[in-house]
Amino acid sequence: MVDRIADIWGARTPYARGGQWPGRVDMALQAGVDAGDVDEWVQSACVLCSNGCGCEIAVKDGRMVGIRGRASDRVNHGRLGPKGLFGSWQGVQHQDRLTRPLIRENGRLVETDWDTAMGRIVARSKELLASKGPLSHGFYTSGQLFLEEYYALGIIGKAGIGTPHMDGNTRLCTATAAASLKESFGADGQPGSYTDIDECDAVFLYGHNMAETQTVLWSRILDRLSGPNTPRLVCVDPRDTEVARAADVHLPLRPGTNLALMNGLIRELFVNGWIDREYIDAHTLNSGQLRSVVDRWTPELVAEVCGVAASDVRRAAAIFGTSERVLSTVLQGFYQSAHATASACQVNNLHLLRGQLGRPGCGILQMNGQPTAQNNRECGADGDLPGFRNWENPEHVKELARIWNVDPAVIPDWSPPTHAMQIFRYAEQGSIGFLWISATNPAVSMPQLSRIRDILRKESLFLVVQDIYLSETAQYADVVLPCAGWGEKTGTFTNVDRTVHLSEKAVEPPGEARSDLDIFLDYARRMDFRDKDGGPLLDWNAPEDGFEAWKRCTRGRPCDYTGLSYEKLRGGSGLQWPCNDEHPYGTERLYSDGDFPTDAAYCESFGHDLLTGATVGSIRYKASVESGKAWFKALDYTPPHEEPDKEYPFRYTTGRTVYHFHTRTKTGRTKPLNDAAPEPWLEVSAEDAEKLGVSEGDKVRVASRRGRLELPVRVGNIRPGSVFAPFHYGYWDVAGPDDGGRPRAANELTLTEWDPVSKQPVFKNAAVSIEKSPGKEPE
Amino acid sequence: MKLPVYLGLLDEAEDTLAKSFRVVAHGHGEEPDVHFLLETLARQCDSHRQALRPVIERYGEETEGEEEHRLTANGIQEVRSGPLALLLDLQDLYVLVSHLDVTWMMVGQAAKGSRDGQLLDVVTRCEGDADLQLRWLRTRMKQAAPQALLVAE
Repeated sequence: MVDRIADIWGARTPYARGGQWPGRVDMALQAGVDAGDVDEWVQSACVLCSNGCGCEIAVKDGRMVGIRGRASDRVNHGRLGPKGLFGSWQGVQHQDRLTRPLIRENGRLVETDWDTAMGRIVARSKELLASKGPLSHGFYTSGQLFLEEYYALGIIGKAGIGTPHMDGNTRLCTATAAASLKESFGADGQPGSYTDIDECDAVFLYGHNMAETQTVLWSRILDRLSGPNTPRLVCVDPRDTEVARAADVHLPLRPGTNLALMNGLIRELFVNGWIDREYIDAHTLNSGQLRSVVDRWTPELVAEVCGVAASDVRRAAAIFGTSERVLSTVLQGFYQSAHATASACQVNNLHLLRGQLGRPGCGILQMNGQPTAQNNRECGADGDLPGFRNWENPEHVKELARIWNVDPAVIPDWSPPTHAMQIFRYAEQGSIGFLWISATNPAVSMPQLSRIRDILRKESLFLVVQDIYLSETAQYADVVLPCAGWGEKTGTFTNVDRTVHLSEKAVEPPGEARSDLDIFLDYARRMDFRDKDGGPLLDWNAPEDGFEAWKRCTRGRPCDYTGLSYEKLRGGSGLQWPCNDEHPYGTERLYSDGDFPTDAAYCESFGHDLLTGATVGSIRYKASVESGKAWFKALDYTPPHEEPDKEYPFRYTTGRTVYHFHTRTKTGRTKPLNDAAPEPWLEVSAEDAEKLGVSEGDKVRVASRRGRLELPVRVGNIRPGSVFAPFHYGYWDVAGPDDGGRPRAANELTLTEWDPVSKQPVFKNAAVSIEKSPGKEPE
Repeated sequence: MKLPVYLGLLDEAEDTLAKSFRVVAHGHGEEPDVHFLLETLARQCDSHRQALRPVIERYGEETEGEEEHRLTANGIQEVRSGPLALLLDLQDLYVLVSHLDVTWMMVGQAAKGSRDGQLLDVVTRCEGDADLQLRWLRTRMKQAAPQALLVAE
């Protein structure tokens, strides 16, 4: 058996363009268990990255004992990555699991029963609603829950309480994907499909270290690369990653300069005539403005600003401009950097300019970072209205009110949805007094951690944390609710390429832990939320009720689920939305006809100005839209707000490692994954290491204007002048800065700043200083 | 010929606005979006003044009577404090930008009337920014108003 910790992507199964990706079933079983011993295989999909690999959970004697990929699933054809193999069932069956609710008594968290815990929550909630109203409440959730859970929370927040203060940690990972799709095409919804990898002639990866973040998707590319007629590969990434090493052209640009490069690539398409004038005229607006914005971005100017070779810019543009079928994928290197939405829109623009959309091999994958991020965006547990409805469109709000049978005035459509960073700001100022955090860990994942810790410990904030482990965040809570994890509850979720999977309950949750859905429904019952006729607002008894309710909410919208059911999702493969009467087996690609959801009555957003985030508004939008045409949106480049200087001479960027997910709540608790990456590090170029007088393993002090870290050095693989730290590591397993421990969470140093349109924080660019740690090893 | 007076007023108003943007940006550093964006908008004002310079040089600086013609005060000298501070400071900026917005409009009319291609080109390049500044201020105030007026203490 191959060691899949060392051999991350497994054995190659080469295939040619237009071929079927060969199957390969990956499996991991608990030591001592054979496949023949397994009582039952329960259908699910993996939740340890955004890829959404179909899988089955092995159950023996009421416990999860293994996992294998589903060969019939369109996403993975049987494969699983190291996190799925070693962190899925193992990651939720650790002895640290929360099994009873906790409440804070005399400053300490103590065990209690559900009635007491929920009673406290409901009492505080009612008291604040009476004294301060709905704007005193905030909800911050995840990219980890199931669709039914988000939808329940969306209804509670928007129709029960009526607060615009709802967001998910999807704000940190996928907000820009959604924002760029809305700006360019009028609504969220991934145009492309994973099968575009099978059909393409070129793949562009923008700020997307796919080899580590979506290992199974990368296997698909590796298999194309090892087959005949290989696609050409272009990688935009400051680091020398596995993707970069496989690329025909690697553009190792300075962090923070994505937009300059993108404007240069667009310009090359124009000046070389690599554009489809007919498509542009028939299906887009504003190409003239795009042309004028990019006009000054010659390859030479790009070279100067981005620190890449002008000839490489030309080569990359030529690959984009002349390949028959181009696939683009985009991730955090763009989304968490300066000009996030503008840069992601430029990727959309490249495809629009050539009409490279909606056909096999021609696609855009504005990636998600998490398995269920898409559902948060769809269901309204983040700021958006459910079903990709437009909060600035009164008809959409009325429609929702009809579906929920509530007064439209309850639905908070009068304000832009409050994004995560603003929710925390209101909590900091004391105007949000009730914050409910589910399945996420802002005490490690948000920028400028010392500030976040101060907010979480504020006396004025009643903090509810719902999780499977006592996370760094849960340690600050007033009430901690233990919930069921993956494999312990049933629900659906949707991956990057709109594939919906059903994940069935395989085993009982430990102790008194309950599913997140049950907890939300219990809260709604105890709060006595009612519809207009006095009936319960949420009358669901089980996840399937939620799914059926959700289907009604999506009818006629871009994310139409009406053709799906639990029954249809059992067996076979996951299915891609829109799935309805017209497309009973789903839809592989969007916009095949070049018809975009920009009609003013239908679109999800009237759009924003990319420089400021100012809303366009309905009047201006209606005056300029031509229904069905996509928008070219463009912005000129300006330098990032924090540039290296004398005091802080290095550019600091953060990211992921293949062996961990998020803040290690699961992956840090499984031995093979934790042993593979037990500690954080600072990646420094050989040149800078020599200048600093440090070598591999030496401890350094890294400081920014906001905090400091002490980390061992790893030499190599990054452009000189830039340094990198993985963001996964917090303090649940070591002493934290509050307890005199060594600061090691990458976000101690990051900046509180966000993109003006997507509101996604800028994690990828800060200025830092580095010095060798003095003297002896710290304890 | 009173156009030079208005060019002077315009230049001064851009200067006042730039300074006010910077005062509010500096004073509301705890609101990073406001902070960084107002810095950007202040730079827009600087570039407008830069663009106006050759026109002003051509017409000559006629400052006589500017004091009495001036419509706005000295801009924002310092930020407020308290739960309404951000809202009120943004609203003050809104008044300053509105004033500038119509000033550009009137100067643009004069440029058209006098067929002054150079000035018209400057107006065309710059006047949209004031409109954008207003839209951003409206967007941000719309977001901040309910929280500040209903819940903040």
